[in-house]
Amino acid sequence: MARIFAYIGHRNGIVDDSAMELFAVARKIDPAASPTALVTGWGASLDTICDALRTTFPEVWKIASENLAYPNAELIRKALMKVLPPGSIVLVPHDHFGIDLAPGLSIKLNEAFVSDILDVTERSGTAMTVVRQEFGGQVSAHVRCDHSSGAVITVRPGAFKPSSSAPLAGVVVDKSSEVGPLAAGRRYLQTVVAEAGEVDITKHNVLVSIGRGIQEKDNVGIAQELADVLGAAVSCSRPVVDAKWLEKSRQVGSSGKTVKPKVYLACGISGAFQHLAGIKGNPFIIAINKNPKAPIFQVADIGIVDDILEFLPEMTNKIREMQSVSAK
Amino acid sequence: MEILVCARRVPDTSENEISLNSTGNDIERDELIYSVNEPDNYAVEEALQIVARVGGKVTVVTVGGEDDEEILRREMAMGATHGVLISDPAFAGSDGRGIAAILKGFVAKGNYDLILTGVQAEDGAAQVGGMLAAMLDYPFASLVNSIEILDGKKLKISREIEGGNREISEIDLPCVLSIQTGINEPRYVGMRGIRAVASVPIATPDAAELAVDPGSVGEVGAKVTRVDYFVPALGKGAEMLSGSREENIDKVLELMAAKGGLK
Repeated sequence: MARIFAYIGHRNGIVDDSAMELFAVARKIDPAASPTALVTGWGASLDTICDALRTTFPEVWKIASENLAYPNAELIRKALMKVLPPGSIVLVPHDHFGIDLAPGLSIKLNEAFVSDILDVTERSGTAMTVVRQEFGGQVSAHVRCDHSSGAVITVRPGAFKPSSSAPLAGVVVDKSSEVGPLAAGRRYLQTVVAEAGEVDITKHNVLVSIGRGIQEKDNVGIAQELADVLGAAVSCSRPVVDAKWLEKSRQVGSSGKTVKPKVYLACGISGAFQHLAGIKGNPFIIAINKNPKAPIFQVADIGIVDDILEFLPEMTNKIREMQSVSAK
Repeated sequence: MEILVCARRVPDTSENEISLNSTGNDIERDELIYSVNEPDNYAVEEALQIVARVGGKVTVVTVGGEDDEEILRREMAMGATHGVLISDPAFAGSDGRGIAAILKGFVAKGNYDLILTGVQAEDGAAQVGGMLAAMLDYPFASLVNSIEILDGKKLKISREIEGGNREISEIDLPCVLSIQTGINEPRYVGMRGIRAVASVPIATPDAAELAVDPGSVGEVGAKVTRVDYFVPALGKGAEMLSGSREENIDKVLELMAAKGGLK
């Protein structure tokens, strides 16, 4: 079996959550694997990261370079190509960095590429079968990957349970001298932090969250009226922000806000994994969607197949009636 | 500026309930509504806005068969100068690398300053743009949500990263960018606009014309192949309420009260 590597991201001296997940993937591909962590960066924080990782990974390859202080995918690709042995299997998280790095890395290594895997179901010396989702999560697919000349694989964050094994006393191998000078056609300038909106959806116990099913900007008021009678806030999924119906600060998801409400009303939201990644704290999820195949029904507690444009106003009226009765 | 946009015709996930066919080797395609892949449409709009500012031409290219011509017409109706349908029976069953190799053959025939793709298509792989860039040795950026032309040689771009933050970089031309939805507001295209471009010729180069090695594409070149589709039995799933709308609302309110969601 090919040697398995896991590219580990980190920020502010903290190892990314994906580290343990990628270790679990490596063991699922090959139960006898002795996976190696790949870490790039610069300065004292890089040593902290390597120290933390060697309790999980038997070997940690450290690549220190001043121009890797910020993770630039093109520079990191060039660095990895200098150190990776031919035919390796390389695991990378399927996040904004992995999407930047992994496809090009597979071309340069002349290896197979499979992205965003959720499971590994079969393996042999030269091929493995993995599970992916297509059509926004409405169906899954088994995909066969010929890794006879190696493979680059991106892994959906949160899909694999982190493995829990006794802490190791792994070794850190400094590969920095093998890398040499690096230059890229893309140069990082700065990070612009998201603006805070008028409404802070992260502070609310109840969210009335709307998706593409709201259909047009004028209908957003329907959700706002329900939110008003509930004392809730209106949040949304990506298509609503793309269409400029609500501002970016209302978006729940990996590229939006992470929320922890008690109750989450998912209205006309299909339930793409990028959206679900922003819902934490195990809220009670009520999903209303016209499409009975919408993936949101797989994760919701309560599901209703209905048109939100009719359901929400009736729900608002019902609550108003209840409130006027109790006020008398 | 010469801009190439790589686009694809896909089943529209917002308009369709996707289900399996009887043998499970594909989805049921009989009643599907197809449209241009949504991020690709944003990429075309972005290209059109760039040439409106600095001049140039926009070419939209797709790899496929005659059914795929409709999306080229649609994007030409938006304002793209040329539509190109790369088509060859040898391309059937190509994986992402195969598609990138075909596009590389096409890019080599032209002189493009900027190549745009949508961030991902219906398979969610987000792979072709990054692969094409690596094959061409061009710089690449994914998840791009703004583009500013600095001069003839470079761009200032931002990428969508976690938490709604934006990563700003400078990138040399020529380069490949994968475009995220929401970067702009794509213009509306009516039937009249599509009719207006109905007779504009569309080039249809094949493998030989693009000097694409048949062994590197199609099923023979694919290292990654889909075995089947399935619908996973996931956990317990939602408890589906099947009463009347009024009954369902009462039930929801009762449950919300129990979970502390009612004032």
